[in-house]
Amino acid sequence: MKVLVPVKRVIDYNVKVRVKADGSGVDLANVKMSMNPFDEISVEQAIRLKEAGQVDEVVVVSIGVKQSQETLRTALAMGADRAILVVAADDVHNDIEPLAVAKILKAIVDEEQPGLVLCGKQAIDNDMNATGQMLAALMGWSQATFASDLEIVGDKAKVTREVDGGLQTIEVSMPTVVTVDLRLNEPRYASLPNIMKAKKKPLDEKTPADYGVDVANRLEIVKTAEPEARKAGIMVESVDELVSKLKEAGAV
Amino acid sequence: MAVLVVAEITDGALSMDATAKAVTAARPLGDVTVLCIGSLARAAAGEAATISGVARVLCAENALYGHRLAEPVAALIVSLAGEYAHIVAPATTDAKNILPRVAALLDVMVLTDVTAVVDADTFVRPVYAGNAMQTVRSKDEKKVITFRTSTFEAAGTGDPVTIDDVAAADAPGLSEWLEDRVAESDRPELTSAKIVVSGGRGVGSEENFAIIEALADKLGAAVGASRAAVDSGFAPNDWQVGQTGKVVAPDLYVACGISGAIQHLAGMKDSKIIVAINKDEEAPIFQVADYGLVADLFQAVPELTEKL
Repeated sequence: MKVLVPVKRVIDYNVKVRVKADGSGVDLANVKMSMNPFDEISVEQAIRLKEAGQVDEVVVVSIGVKQSQETLRTALAMGADRAILVVAADDVHNDIEPLAVAKILKAIVDEEQPGLVLCGKQAIDNDMNATGQMLAALMGWSQATFASDLEIVGDKAKVTREVDGGLQTIEVSMPTVVTVDLRLNEPRYASLPNIMKAKKKPLDEKTPADYGVDVANRLEIVKTAEPEARKAGIMVESVDELVSKLKEAGAV
Repeated sequence: MAVLVVAEITDGALSMDATAKAVTAARPLGDVTVLCIGSLARAAAGEAATISGVARVLCAENALYGHRLAEPVAALIVSLAGEYAHIVAPATTDAKNILPRVAALLDVMVLTDVTAVVDADTFVRPVYAGNAMQTVRSKDEKKVITFRTSTFEAAGTGDPVTIDDVAAADAPGLSEWLEDRVAESDRPELTSAKIVVSGGRGVGSEENFAIIEALADKLGAAVGASRAAVDSGFAPNDWQVGQTGKVVAPDLYVACGISGAIQHLAGMKDSKIIVAINKDEEAPIFQVADYGLVADLFQAVPELTEKL
């Protein structure tokens, strides 16, 4: 079985974002970018399935600016076999929407015929939490979102999902789309020799036009603003003082 | 045009708080119809019919919809979508699972975690872990939206409206429910609690979380946790507050032994009053706290519990 793993290049999760003063967006020029943390978990899971002999090939795909190939190289260094880059934007500030991404992924799935697509549950930039579900819809496949455990048995996948009240286990028919949650695994670091080897692994470059997909946004961004700032707080010296402040404020 | 609100229902019980908040968010958009889906949905529909501002309730009670698997539920919502310009739900894990599937089937984008309605096409949603607020105008004919409940007040209740039954849609039969492992809790539900007491890595162990729970019980509060506390096994995952866990905005949020990483702040920085107890005076949590106390939580938290 082949596994397809979509990965996204996003602002590094440790970076405090800056909203541009003219309200046109978030400043991404000269900011550290990395692989979306949830996607690291899905790459790791795909490699673990390969190591367990349940998967023959791990194909990673990224859609966005040309520099996304660094993200793909990272996935190849972790252990993916081959990469597809779909260059769909020439400016890092142009975020392709989940619907367009899902349509491109559908075309790739039609071509590659994987038995499983492993996505992150959400990208930490647009915080949409939608692409995996949209791909499953377009394919007419089952979906298993927010996975914290995944077991493949024959032509079914048994998936434990992180839901509001606790955990839920479902069984889905393969092929399927699984979106991974934080607690599925601990992603590995790529070693230096593997980073060197990854440079020689195949990376195909494509465009949305190759797949006949229009990447025009359905949502026009009117403006991007800073969230309201909180007013400065005070430091108290003791628990007694804290209790009296809370009582004054009517909080307890 | 009309708005279809997908009610939040778990095991036949309506989540009144989440559903009533989604109704508040939906009302400016048109006449509100609430859709109750489940293997048991009748009682929930009866309750939903009493929410003020609801014009009509639809009840889809069928064994197909037990545990609300995404494939059959999305198919049902799409079968009803025709007459509605907006299809919305509270941003719970259930809705996050289902609504993007609905949107793709209708060939429209989804708007997730919306915090404000500007007009019928324009909405505000947080991006980058809540560090930027984006106003977006949808060019799609139908809008599929999840609303962040913590930013809307729950609608009140009144005289019940009519409940109509709707037939099940063809289900694709691609998935099956096996098991739920529900975290037992007598405390208030995290996302609707007026007070939340949270513990982080600083709590040190699962046993030590008892002091956090004792303070919570004294205050009648829900218990939350940071990712570090959940990853370390101190607390169950459904207690996690943050960008990838639950988003809360209680009247009072007490953060104990939580440093205040960007991802945690994303889930609680709209709380009315934030109290931070941490022994590291440099911890970023103090930058958002209304009242900060630099202290060892193992002394300060029990003392606070006693003095309240």
